[in-house]
Amino acid sequence: MTMNRRGFLGTSAFAVATLAAPMVNADSHKKPRVVVIGGGAGGATAARYIAKDSKGAVDVTLIEPTRTYYTCFFSNLYIGGFKTIDEIGHTYGKLAGSGVNVVHDWAIGVDRDAKTVSLAGGGSVPYDKLILSPGIDFVDGSVPGWDISSQNAMPHAYKAGSQTELLKAQLLAMPEGGVYAMIAPPNPYRCPPGPYERISMVAHYLKANNPTAKIIIADPKPKFSKMALFQEGWADHYDGMIDWIGEEFGGGNVSVDPHAMSVTIDGEETKVDVCNVIPAMKAGRIADLAGVTDGNWAPVNAKDMSSKADPDIHVLGDSSKQGDMPKSGFSANSQAKVCANAVRGALTGSKVFPAKFSNTCWSLIDTNDGVKVGATYEATPEKIAKIDGFISKTGETADVRKTTYEESEGWYSGITADMFG
Amino acid sequence: MRNLTLVLNVCVFLVSSGAVANNSGDAIRGKQVFKKCASCHMVGTEARKRVGPPLNNIMSARAGGMADFKYSKALRKAAHEDLHWTPETLDVFLEDPRGYLPKTKMSFRGLKNANDRADIIAYLATFSGASMAAKIDEGFTVPSKILGIEGDMEYGEYLSSECTTCHQVDGDNDGIPAIIGWETKDFVTAMHAYREKHRQNPVMQMISGRLSNDEIAALAAYFENINN
Repeated sequence: MTMNRRGFLGTSAFAVATLAAPMVNADSHKKPRVVVIGGGAGGATAARYIAKDSKGAVDVTLIEPTRTYYTCFFSNLYIGGFKTIDEIGHTYGKLAGSGVNVVHDWAIGVDRDAKTVSLAGGGSVPYDKLILSPGIDFVDGSVPGWDISSQNAMPHAYKAGSQTELLKAQLLAMPEGGVYAMIAPPNPYRCPPGPYERISMVAHYLKANNPTAKIIIADPKPKFSKMALFQEGWADHYDGMIDWIGEEFGGGNVSVDPHAMSVTIDGEETKVDVCNVIPAMKAGRIADLAGVTDGNWAPVNAKDMSSKADPDIHVLGDSSKQGDMPKSGFSANSQAKVCANAVRGALTGSKVFPAKFSNTCWSLIDTNDGVKVGATYEATPEKIAKIDGFISKTGETADVRKTTYEESEGWYSGITADMFG
Repeated sequence: MRNLTLVLNVCVFLVSSGAVANNSGDAIRGKQVFKKCASCHMVGTEARKRVGPPLNNIMSARAGGMADFKYSKALRKAAHEDLHWTPETLDVFLEDPRGYLPKTKMSFRGLKNANDRADIIAYLATFSGASMAAKIDEGFTVPSKILGIEGDMEYGEYLSSECTTCHQVDGDNDGIPAIIGWETKDFVTAMHAYREKHRQNPVMQMISGRLSNDEIAALAAYFENINN
């Protein structure tokens, strides 16, 4: 039936318009359908909450290509040796068991008139409300010399999993006194403190195993998240090992040669042993294919995360352009709950409460040296707007930093339980 | 009421005799002494319910706080009458469990040696970072009018989704305390203590800072109810 309908509708745009309404009516006795694309902090949370809170009144389908999802958050701690790869991997069995139809496939197209999502494996899935939470993709050509075919020589490790394992293997294989280079991304990008936590974790490993090695960071930005905290920590723990080259020293004027394993920063070429290229980012491609992006990101209405291009599509997390929230797993999880509440209300008439958003990002600098930054946000007609925030202070006691790290471990258990059940 | 009187008497006794009221115990030695308890109790990150409840986060907490453990009527009654585990109450309880709480289900004849008790209390305290924070609320009071607000459960459930990013609804504690099954009074007091910056954690100060009295009451009602 679905195949026939798709085939038929595909023949004429006019037919789509005239037949769409009767089809919805014909289906009106059925349960409303929500399709979620992307099973990370935004998508898994939204799928789980809609299924859980609607108590079977809404059909929820989650489309996620990977069987095991490796969280980007805490993946740096795997690189530093604080977590195993298995500890940051999560499967979808519990979500499936709690009523979410989990489809392991790639979504390759969205027909907004027919309200269907087509899958790489063939077939399509109809929706009444579509939630896009596809994370990030990379901007082609943002680091001259690098493209996706170079990612084995110069990994990004900014979508966690095999790339993270590859980067760690390269770190472990570095020759004594070798050079680890990072090309840091321009704003905005996923996880603002992420590159600098990664540098901390790389330095933690090198200090113990390869203490004469060097780290260089080419950064197109003049400053970065938690900069004072990281720089204090680097001086305290890894003195002389890390060379951060910011915008004013040409950190944004960079090219790489994956064959020669060299990096050219502001005209000066350096041979390196590991090169972690984190390119500029944009919304996951399906957001573009769905036609809800404006430039690199998908603009949304703050009150319910609905797309500004289509009221029946919501965009969560890294892909969305929402205002003041950083692109983080915590943010995506927070946005997902607001979205789930609004979507469920629209489909079942359940009570819709006002949007509240919050975010906290913890970073680990060295063993038991954790720092955090966080803020609360509200929905305004223009954007998600920051209300209030805090950040760890430089010079905090070891006890405070240890407590902060332990808190981050508690948060990891909490958010992954909140996402996957 | 009888038990509460007993607790008060015990406190007076300890203060006057200067007994093991401070943390003078040796936690490392306490780990050895804990072997006497370990056939029934677990403690630490892997701790589960056995014959007795796990003993994480008991210090300074109200007695009988584990959500899905079936405590004796005697212990539940004492908890309702405000029995909290402190070095003082634990010292008396552990010396003679059935003398202190007649009809407790804990069939243990007690630790007669005061140093053993001090050491085991010091050991248990190392697993009680979260619950001991409750001590901070001493001296912080919330007006009874606010404590008496009846929480809207449905709103509390929605608001709770902001909490469950960090606090696990199954009551696990991997570094962030469990918040299910708290008495409304304790929950509301703790949240107001964060909001008034009497409690220190900046994340909680931030989250509580934009919650109204009604919203705090709604959350307290919801989380208390999760306890079943």
